[in-house]
Amino acid sequence: MSPAPTSATGQDPAVRLSDVHKSFGTNKVLDGVSFDVPRGSVTTIIGRSGSGKSTALRCIDRFERIDRGEITVCGHRVHEPSLDLRALRLDVGIVFQSYNLFPHLTVEENIILAPTAVKKMPKAEARELARRVLAQVGLEEKLHAYPEQLSGGQQQRGAIARSLAMQPKVMLFDEVTSALDPELTGEVLKVIEQLAADGMTMVLVTHEMAFARGIADQVVFMHRGKVHEIGPAAILSSPATQELAQFVGTGL
Amino acid sequence: MGGSLNLNHLLFLLQGAGWTVVLSVLALVGGGILGFAVALCRVSASRAVRLVSGGYVQLIQGTPLLVIMFLTYFGLPAIGFRISPLAAAGASLTIYVGAYLGEIWRGAIQSVPRPQWEAAEGLALSRTQRMTRVILPQAVRIATPPTVGFFVQIIKNTSLASVVGFVELARSGQIINNSLFEPFLIYSIIAVIYFVLCYPLSRLSRRLERRAGQGRGQTLAPA
Ligand SMILES: Nc1ncnc2c1ncn2[C@@H]1O[C@H](COP(=O)(O)OP(=O)(O)O)[C@@H](O)[C@H]1O
Ligand SMILES: [Mg+2]
Repeated sequence: MSPAPTSATGQDPAVRLSDVHKSFGTNKVLDGVSFDVPRGSVTTIIGRSGSGKSTALRCIDRFERIDRGEITVCGHRVHEPSLDLRALRLDVGIVFQSYNLFPHLTVEENIILAPTAVKKMPKAEARELARRVLAQVGLEEKLHAYPEQLSGGQQQRGAIARSLAMQPKVMLFDEVTSALDPELTGEVLKVIEQLAADGMTMVLVTHEMAFARGIADQVVFMHRGKVHEIGPAAILSSPATQELAQFVGTGL
Repeated sequence: MGGSLNLNHLLFLLQGAGWTVVLSVLALVGGGILGFAVALCRVSASRAVRLVSGGYVQLIQGTPLLVIMFLTYFGLPAIGFRISPLAAAGASLTIYVGAYLGEIWRGAIQSVPRPQWEAAEGLALSRTQRMTRVILPQAVRIATPPTVGFFVQIIKNTSLASVVGFVELARSGQIINNSLFEPFLIYSIIAVIYFVLCYPLSRLSRRLERRAGQGRGQTLAPA
């Protein structure tokens, strides 16, 4: 048995990165990254392409192992070899940039798969749950559709619903709208905004600056593998560093 | 000797064709089971398992089926195992087909896009659940056309079983020709029978390929 997560006091952040280092070969991608995500808050990670945003996010859900430093997520010590990976992933939901609903399953089957297989939830109960989470993302009528019959925006909302069905404590989003046509972006962002309003703890990588500003309790600006600037959404209006000023200037 | 082609000859040929079908099915079932195991070993988390299964595939792919047949039928008795022609041919085909199907299916499993594996991981599915519920159903769709296509090759390759004295379609043609001396006629009949066995499968393979290209949202066969 791996050590049980330490019980959560109100003070513990949901996610904590402390001096995280990560290289791919000789390419240093994370160079001492630290930030906290308090429970019930939203952190957006912004920065140029290649600055290490996705890698930071993937390290939180242990899709990448870190070389040095510590990551704690809901009491799970992610950097330790003894980590209970399954327990971590029960607490963390992740949605990627590419559409990845399972193409051989209907939307409903996509959603009930993990609750029934992992949590051994009875099928009837899982179907009920599927209806609820689909209502949450405004996709009730697509219950029996296959992913290929959905638009990109609907697929991403379906993927969000699939994650929500596992009732995670933290949700991670990696540029979930960047593959979408602009007119489909809004419907997905609205779903994420509603999640934020409901108090979900979230970390999202995004290049939608207006969205990042509107939703974030905290903004992390990454530059060359470092947290170059961090603070409330207001830092986007009055950047302290030239790099962020430049990024905001070109990003808008 | 001599005489002309009569109904008995044709029945003898059909009996040979029957044995060709039996051998083909043996090869598909035996090779399919072995190939499935090989494919899973090739994508195993264990490096040792990957290496051993990879070595097996390399070894078999570098050996003519004919030699495998000789080895099982003549080689095994030489070291003390008696074996019937049917068993020798069936075993040889299983060993041979297992390596090739294992390779086709490994490719299919690995061609399921990486985000699909990661999405399944992110949902806390166990490795077995990821395989059986997410990856294999998609791999089956990818693998079906080349598998059917390969089965056509197997049917034709069963003719090599004649070298171990097994009387399948090609060998039965030879036997009849030995008494009738009508090689053009008899081997034409043999060719037609092979064609009749293979053509529907070739057609099916091509149809499946087109369908896979369109990517319908339904499983062909759940794992
Ligand atoms: N799996 C990987 N293997 C090797 N290099 C990688 C891998 N993932 C990311 N990188 C490299 O790490 C750097 C940061 O990538 P990423 O975290 O995706 O940046 P961002 O999301 O900010 O665009 C890039 O140079 C990228 O090429
Ligand atoms: Mg990225």
